[in-house]
Amino acid sequence: MSLLDATLVDWSRAQFAMTAMYHWLFVPLTLGLGVIMSVMETLYVRTGNEEWKKAAQFWMTLFGINFAIGVATGIILEFEFGTNWSNYSWFVGDIFGAPLAIEAILAFFMEATFISIMFFGWKKVSKRFHLAATWLTVLGATISALWILVANAWMQYPVGMEFNPNTVRNEMVDFWSILLSPVALNKFFHTVLSGWVLSGLFVTGVSAWYLLKKRQLNFALKSMKVAAVFGLISTLLIAYTGDGSAYNVSQRQPMKLAAMEGLYQGKTNAGLVAIGVLNPAKKAYNDATDPFLFKIQIPSMLSLLSQRDINAFVPGISNILDGGYQTKQGVALSFLEKQARGRAAIQSLALYQKAVTAKDTTGERMYKAQLKENYPQFGYGYIDKAETMIPSVPTVFYSFHLMVILGFYFIVLFALVLYFVNRKQIQKTNWLLWICLLSIPLGYVAGELGWVVAEVGRQPWAIQDVLPLNAAISNISSDSVRITFFLFLFLFSALLLAEVRIMLKQIKKGPEGEK
Amino acid sequence: MITYSFLQHYWWFLISLLGGLLAFLLFVQGGQSMLFSLSKTEDERRLLVNTLGRKWEYTFTTLVTFGGAFFASFPLFYSTSFGGAYWVWMIILFCFIIQAVSYEFQSKPGNVFGATTYRVFLFINGLLGTFLIGVAIATFFTGSDFIVNKGNITQQLAPVISSWGNEWHGLEALLNVRNLTLGLAVFFLARSLAVLFFINRLNHPVLEARSRKHLWYNAIPFVVFFLIFVIWTMFSEGYAVNASTGMVSLEKYKYFTNLLEMPVILGLFLLGVVGVLAGVVATWLFPAFKSGIWFSGIGTVVTVCSMLLITGYNNTSFYPSTHLQSSLTIFNASSSEFTLKAMSLVSLFIPVVLIYIFIAWRAMEKKRIDLEDVNGDEHAY
Ligand code: HDD
Ligand code: HEM
Ligand code: HEM
Repeated sequence: MSLLDATLVDWSRAQFAMTAMYHWLFVPLTLGLGVIMSVMETLYVRTGNEEWKKAAQFWMTLFGINFAIGVATGIILEFEFGTNWSNYSWFVGDIFGAPLAIEAILAFFMEATFISIMFFGWKKVSKRFHLAATWLTVLGATISALWILVANAWMQYPVGMEFNPNTVRNEMVDFWSILLSPVALNKFFHTVLSGWVLSGLFVTGVSAWYLLKKRQLNFALKSMKVAAVFGLISTLLIAYTGDGSAYNVSQRQPMKLAAMEGLYQGKTNAGLVAIGVLNPAKKAYNDATDPFLFKIQIPSMLSLLSQRDINAFVPGISNILDGGYQTKQGVALSFLEKQARGRAAIQSLALYQKAVTAKDTTGERMYKAQLKENYPQFGYGYIDKAETMIPSVPTVFYSFHLMVILGFYFIVLFALVLYFVNRKQIQKTNWLLWICLLSIPLGYVAGELGWVVAEVGRQPWAIQDVLPLNAAISNISSDSVRITFFLFLFLFSALLLAEVRIMLKQIKKGPEGEK
Repeated sequence: MITYSFLQHYWWFLISLLGGLLAFLLFVQGGQSMLFSLSKTEDERRLLVNTLGRKWEYTFTTLVTFGGAFFASFPLFYSTSFGGAYWVWMIILFCFIIQAVSYEFQSKPGNVFGATTYRVFLFINGLLGTFLIGVAIATFFTGSDFIVNKGNITQQLAPVISSWGNEWHGLEALLNVRNLTLGLAVFFLARSLAVLFFINRLNHPVLEARSRKHLWYNAIPFVVFFLIFVIWTMFSEGYAVNASTGMVSLEKYKYFTNLLEMPVILGLFLLGVVGVLAGVVATWLFPAFKSGIWFSGIGTVVTVCSMLLITGYNNTSFYPSTHLQSSLTIFNASSSEFTLKAMSLVSLFIPVVLIYIFIAWRAMEKKRIDLEDVNGDEHAY
């Protein structure tokens, strides 16, 4: 699918993906650096050591630069649901809008209010008030993450709703099941932790640079210690929550799991691919070509991780499309059966509407019951062929594996740094300092890849099983979207360039006053 | 009694209130549009940027909350207007995106494009952001060209609920003179409020004197455009909804009737207008009077809130369409009763938010800002 002749849906996807991925370049550093600088300020307030204050202030400056561009890229995402996914906004807005509004009321105001005290209040309010403001800024950012991730988790695993044929949309019936859905909670921790990991890498890397330059030694050692401890804890937890993510995916989005693992034919005692190269010659999901040119597997691990049982059957792409295997809920339907049910549901809805207009109450009741019965497959009615159901396997597979490999690499890295810091030898281990510096971008890579796994793996759904993308779209010309796509691409790239250069200048300048 | 209808009215009130707050907080944008005309030296300009720079987050956040609350409470508006009047909203968003980085980046070394570029960004946001928001809000009275058909979701090949009627996607609103008058009124209002804000906050005699002079240039056009819009609207047709059938029709003097039939809102509206004018006039008359911003600011909140209320209450369509039956009302565009109820519980936190904003504001604003203040602050823009 080439981008240039892409249609409206593709341009809208491209625009959302591009703006979201830009936003995600800044969000994780806000989340994690916020915690690191708050910890440093706490150390300052508790020990009275001015060095900690200087350290906190230095990281705060970087925080501010990053925060501004995070805000700039965030606003467009919020409104894009309306501008580009207009059908979606009505069809599920009843449920989806609420977390967004709560986020704004409860979180964004907290951030906006306390950040101005944090930046401008050093001389105006007491030490403790200032410390509270710093923590509240970070808390605000984290609460905002919670709500937006609740919204996102709900798209992956729609719960707490019921379809209302009179208003033609899904309506919320259970707020708590949306907020406390296991997918939402796990997603919140995994994602926020990814920000912490990234910030740990960032602070470690920048500190390593000072050590290599033999500048700001005291400050750099202090920062490195905080960041390495913080980073190590976060990476261990991220591996743990990552397992939770994969488990959730296996339970609710088996197609995504199959794509993540390049699994075409289901197996019992399925192995987990540790490293693999996909076979580009594989054209159709049901041809006989081996999907892999090369792979190293951990035996039975996939069955264990995804079903918590070594002997469990893990369905592959063909199985999911052909159906007929046993699941916890019964025998799986094939794609064609689901499609038929989806079409029946849409048909019943149309007939229901006619019956309402004709005031035919028996018809109303009958069609409503039929609709309800087939509603779980509603979205399949918009999908024309089985192949549409398969997300891009190479994209999802490689993104997933690279993320996981990076995760384990970070554990090793932080552990090494901590070891040498504790033995007071970190200044002499130049090779490790270089690795720390060069690893900063890898944190960004891992986070972006994570979102690619989650979002590309969800295709073709906007809302899993309920609303596919082609039914979620706004009715505008693809030219309009293409123009705004390039406008945003250009603007965000220009701003990114400025941000990176400002950051580098600030880092070169270093925390003021220290030699 | 907490009925569905009560919740719909409550949420329309909250949206109106947020709209009013947003209009007031647009003084930041108004001030940005005066960065170049009000200041003569670099120091003065820096002072203006820093004075506004401590408030811009509030305006931004209020805009975001306005959007989020609208999405949650009246999603059909969100999908119809944003997806339909695509270009107007996109341009508004663009103006705010370039603003968001500009305060933080403009004085930092290595910012690639130079301080002037970022100040021009602020200026563009001040100019276009205010004006276009005014134009967009005017369509709540004048109507737009769109069609809504919820039944279309059953069209498997083109399940489109809302469609815009023309290829201009919102830009056509600029061809309607009445929309333009509200746009200009909002623009000059924002500038008038900015001037009052500077008079209140700045400890800088030269800028203060100049601000007082600029009050003339902005308050008079504001009053003129505002009156044209209001009188025109009161005497125009409005979009009335038949309470029992839900059918929409054009009704002469609808908005005027709404004011008469809802005397509380009429009272608020008049009080608000008096407040705005009182702040301006008192600032003219008394050279020592610096609190005009509070009168005009609160007046703005109340006036705008009551104007939005009459578009939604008393069986009126708050987002009318020239295809009358597609018009959006607080009944046909709202979220479900359950969602509105859940959201209403959340709205009980709003006073808490207001209290901590108040405490923070008080802690930070003990004295007026001057150059020394800016130069002595490590985080100054
Ligand atoms: C896990 C965290 C996370 C995720 C997935 C998102 N955001 Fe975000 N957002 C934040 C975490 C965050 C934050 C940490 O709170 C920000 C980012 C950087 C910042 O400075 O504040 C922010 C800023 C921010 C703003 C500006 C708020 C302000 O005025 O202060 C808006 C409107 C959004 N975001 C909206 C969105 C939307 C609609 C998203 C989904 C598509 C989204 N964000 C994804
Ligand atoms: C900031 C982190 C995020 C990143 C980096 C991200 C990434 C992506 C990517 C790569 C796509 C394109 C997928 C494709 O079309 O192949 C996408 C689409 C989308 N995402 Fe996200 N996403 C993020 C957060 C969210 C959140 C929090 C939500 C909802 C609350 C969300 C909702 C959507 C929607 C509606 C689309 C468009 C429809 C679609 O393509 O599925 N995204 N995102
Ligand atoms: C260590 C092993 C890791 C495992 C097993 C793992 C697993 C996963 C899985 C299965 C998903 C998809 C969730 C979904 O589709 O709902 C995911 C998403 C994600 N991952 Fe990881 N991950 C790991 C490490 C990391 C690291 C190191 C980072 C970044 C520093 C990261 C950042 C993300 C992000 C941002 C997402 C998208 C948000 C989400 O869906 O939760 N992950 N991860």
